[in-house]
Amino acid sequence: MDKKLRIKVFEKASLCRNFEINAFNYSKNRTIKIPIYLSAGQEFTPATLSTLIFNKKIKPLIFAQHRCHSTYLSFGGKIENLIVELLGNYRLSNTRGMGGSASIYSKEIKMYGHDGHMGTQVPIGIGACFTSRKPTIVFMGDASAEEDYVLGALGWASVKKLPILFIVEDNNLSILTEKKVRRNWHMHEVARSFKMRGYDLNDNPKEIYKYQKYFFKEPMLLNINTNRLFWHAGAGKDSDEIFDRYLNEKKYLGSIGERIDKKIKQKVDEIWRKQLEKL
Amino acid sequence: MAETVRETIKKIIRNHLKKKKGKVFGQCLTAVGWVGGTLPELYEKDGMIELSMADVAGGGIVTGSALMKNRPIYVIRYQGFNWYNAPMIVNYAAKSKEIWNTPCPVFVRGIGMEGAIGPVAGSSHHSLYFRMPGVKIVSPMTPGEYKKIYKSFMSEEEVYYVSEHRGSFNNKKELIDDITGTKDFVIIAISITRFQAIEAKKKLEKKGYKIGIIHILWIKPFKISKKALKCVSNSRFGGIIIDDDYVDGISNSLANKVNHLTNKKIFTMGLSDKSAGFHKKVDNLPPNADQISNKILGILNNAKK
Ligand SMILES: Cc1ncc(C[n+]2csc(CCOP(=O)(O)OP(=O)(O)O)c2C)c(N)n1
Ligand SMILES: [Mg+2]
Repeated sequence: MDKKLRIKVFEKASLCRNFEINAFNYSKNRTIKIPIYLSAGQEFTPATLSTLIFNKKIKPLIFAQHRCHSTYLSFGGKIENLIVELLGNYRLSNTRGMGGSASIYSKEIKMYGHDGHMGTQVPIGIGACFTSRKPTIVFMGDASAEEDYVLGALGWASVKKLPILFIVEDNNLSILTEKKVRRNWHMHEVARSFKMRGYDLNDNPKEIYKYQKYFFKEPMLLNINTNRLFWHAGAGKDSDEIFDRYLNEKKYLGSIGERIDKKIKQKVDEIWRKQLEKL
Repeated sequence: MAETVRETIKKIIRNHLKKKKGKVFGQCLTAVGWVGGTLPELYEKDGMIELSMADVAGGGIVTGSALMKNRPIYVIRYQGFNWYNAPMIVNYAAKSKEIWNTPCPVFVRGIGMEGAIGPVAGSSHHSLYFRMPGVKIVSPMTPGEYKKIYKSFMSEEEVYYVSEHRGSFNNKKELIDDITGTKDFVIIAISITRFQAIEAKKKLEKKGYKIGIIHILWIKPFKISKKALKCVSNSRFGGIIIDDDYVDGISNSLANKVNHLTNKKIFTMGLSDKSAGFHKKVDNLPPNADQISNKILGILNNAKK
C-alpha cells in the first residue's frame, strides 16, 4: 500500500473522527438529545474499505447497523444531513425525524436504513444482492454476527456465490460483554465452514488492503479487530487505555498527519456550527 | 369452465415470474405437490427461488429482494411458521416506506390448513400481523377475490399479508353477501369459516330466522360497505364475527369496531383457546356449521328472554 493511498484513507478517517468528537461534545452538553452510537476508534475499517472500493470504480449497496456514522461519512454521505439527523430536527431531516443515529439512510450513496434489530441488515443485504446482482457490502458487529438469522443467511449467500463483502467490525464487545463470555468460536472460521473466504485481521489499512483482490468476486467475510473508544451509546469513556488507531496512523504519517487532522478539524467544526445556527 | 382458486393462483404466479420478471421465494417449493398445486413447475432460472430452512433469515432475504423493487412473493406453507418468518417483514419491509421513503412491497402467501396437524403450524395466524402498522391483510377465498387483491398489490407499494386457506383451493364460486331486508342476526365471516357460515345460515333459516351474511376480504384496513353496516345496525340482535384464528386478535378487535359503528352487540367465534392435538378429540378446528348455528341460537334465545 503506497503512502498516497494511506494518506487518502487517513483523510477519511479524520473526517469521521472529527465528526464523532463534535457529536460527543454536543451530546454531552445535551444539544443532541437522542441516543447516539459513536464509531470513534473504528474509523479505519470503513475509511479503508471505501477508499479501496471507490478506487475500483465500484459504488456498492451498503447495509450497516446502529454504529454507522463512519460508514456513512466514509462512503460519501453528506455531513450536513447526518448532523441534522442527530439533532433530531424535524423540518430539515431527510427522514422527517425518523432516522436518528442508528437508522441512517442515504439514497445518494446507496446506504439502506437499519431497523434497529441487530443483524437484520445481513439477510436483508443478501436478499438485495441476490436480486440486484450488484456489489454489496454488509457491516455487522461481533455480537450481531451471533444472531441465528445472520448465520443462516451467511450460509445461503455462500450457496448463491453472491458478489458480497461481509465486514465484522469486531470491537470485542456487545454493549459491555466481551466476546469470550459469549462464544468460543470465531467468525472467520464460521465463514470458512460455510465455504466462503474468511479472514481475521486488524484495522490497520495495510492489512485490509491485502484482501481487496477478492472484493465482490465471491462472498467473503473479513473479521476486522478494532476498538471502540467511547460508550456503547452516548458520550462517555470507559478507559483511557484503549488502543487508538487514529493516533497511531497520525503518528506514522508525522507532520502530514498533523496537518490533515488540523485542517479537517477546522472544516468539520465549522460545518457543525453552521448547521446549529440554521436550526 | 370456471377456474378454481388453485388454478387462479398458479396462473397469477406464472404471469408474475414470466411476464413481470418477479420472484417467488419459499422452502421446498419445487418439490412434490408444488404447494397444493398453486405453483407452476418453474425453477430458479425462472425466478422460483428455494430458500434454505433458516426461516427467520428467509423473511429477511425476501425483504432485501423487495427493496430492489422486485415485488417478491413469499410462500409460507403453514401460517404458524410466521412466528419465524414474520420478524423482518413486519419490522423492516412494512416500515421502510414510512421511515426512509423507500417502498418494500412483499406479497406474503400465508397458507392456512388444519386437521390432525398438531399444536403449532395449523390454522390462520393473520392476527400476528394485525397489530403492526404498515401491513395490509386480506383473506381471499374465491378466484375473483384473488385476482382483485393481486392487481391491487401490483398497483401499490405496500406489504400484503395474504391469508389463504387450502380448504378454498378447489372453490370456483364467488361468495355473495346477503344484506337485504331486516335480519334477525348477521354473520360476518373471515377466511375458511365463510363456507361453513353459509351452511349455518341455511340451518338457521330453516328454523325461521332471517340471517344476514357479510364476507370479509379486507381485514386491514377493514373494509365493510355502508350497506352491510346498515344491515347490522337494522338487525334485531346484532351479529357475530367468525374467524379461523384465535379470537383474541382480529375478531375481538373488529367486533369492537363494528359495535361502535352500528351500536349493536357483536359476538365472536374462532379457534378455542387451547393447543391443537392430533387426535380428533383434541384437535382445534375452525367453527363448523353446527357449532356456528348452535352458538347463534344460544345468543338469540338469550336476547329474547
Ligand atoms: C434483535 C436485537 N437484540 C438485542 C438488541 C440490543 N442491542 C443493541 S446493540 C447491542 C450490541 C451490539 O453489539 P455489536 O453487534 O458487536 O455492535 P457494537 O455495538 O459493538 O458496534 C445489543 C445487544 C438489539 N438492538 N436487537
Ligand atoms: Mg461489538
